[in-house]
Amino acid sequence: MKDLISNINKVFESRVRLGVMSVLMVNETYDFNSLKETLNVTDGNLASHLKALEEKGMIKVNKRFIGRKPNTSYSATETGMTEFRQHLKALENLIKEY
Amino acid sequence: MKSDTNSVEDLKAIRKIMEESSRFLSLSGLSGVFAGVTAIAGALFAYFFILDNGSIHYDEYFRSLPAEETFSLRWQLIVDAALVLVLSVLFSLYFSIKKAKKDGKKFWSPVSRRLLINFLIPLVTGGIFIMVLMFQNHIQLIVPGFLIFYGLALVSAGKFTFDEIFYLGILEIITGLVSALVPGWGLLFWIFGFGILHIIYGLAMFRKYEA
Repeated sequence: MKDLISNINKVFESRVRLGVMSVLMVNETYDFNSLKETLNVTDGNLASHLKALEEKGMIKVNKRFIGRKPNTSYSATETGMTEFRQHLKALENLIKEY
Repeated sequence: MKSDTNSVEDLKAIRKIMEESSRFLSLSGLSGVFAGVTAIAGALFAYFFILDNGSIHYDEYFRSLPAEETFSLRWQLIVDAALVLVLSVLFSLYFSIKKAKKDGKKFWSPVSRRLLINFLIPLVTGGIFIMVLMFQNHIQLIVPGFLIFYGLALVSAGKFTFDEIFYLGILEIITGLVSALVPGWGLLFWIFGFGILHIIYGLAMFRKYEA
């Protein structure tokens, strides 16, 4: 049992973080507002989860300007992708075991 | 520790988010049906009104005439084709926006932008190329050109929406290549490729995803 759950990653233990990682696994980049709409969460909620994922090195932030408007987009890092895949695998194994 | 049911739900949610964030799923089958009907109407209009019941065989006849005499004929055909395109696009936008609204999704999103760009690059290239064909008198290659470039546009857009769009694109390309081998039957290939294929596709999609 210990083996089975050792790959469950604490960093991803939130619906919002799972959602962010899911989006960034299949899209090279995604901007803040589109993430917000896709995941149906509030600004503050999303921002704090993004911050956490960024601090753990799972995602990276790209800030740029479109005209005069600032535009922040996010993408998954190599580490983020590998760890998320492991996390998914662990979830799947957990289900199979029951 | 999370319970079992929680993990199942998480995985389901993850799969759903991955699909919805990378594919535009608000395309409506009705768009296909309307595009097909418009294309057939456009072809019939061209046959009966612009080409005078087909008595103007648009291939040989065109080439036997000096350019200035066929000039207005060319423009009429271009306007006819452009009208078909604009009407089809407007219909499909209308149905997609309606479907997105019904499903509570946003129509304008990173995916729909990507879909549009990947669709438009081959399509606009083809459109310009076909204008060149038209004015350089390669009349028999115009319908094949329309079908092939449209097929390529669908194939390239197919990655960002239903897989069926990809296969429709392949069928359009095949239709285009066959019509290039059988000159003189352009209007019939047009009716088949843009009319019949679209209607069949649209009805199938509507039954599968919307009915």
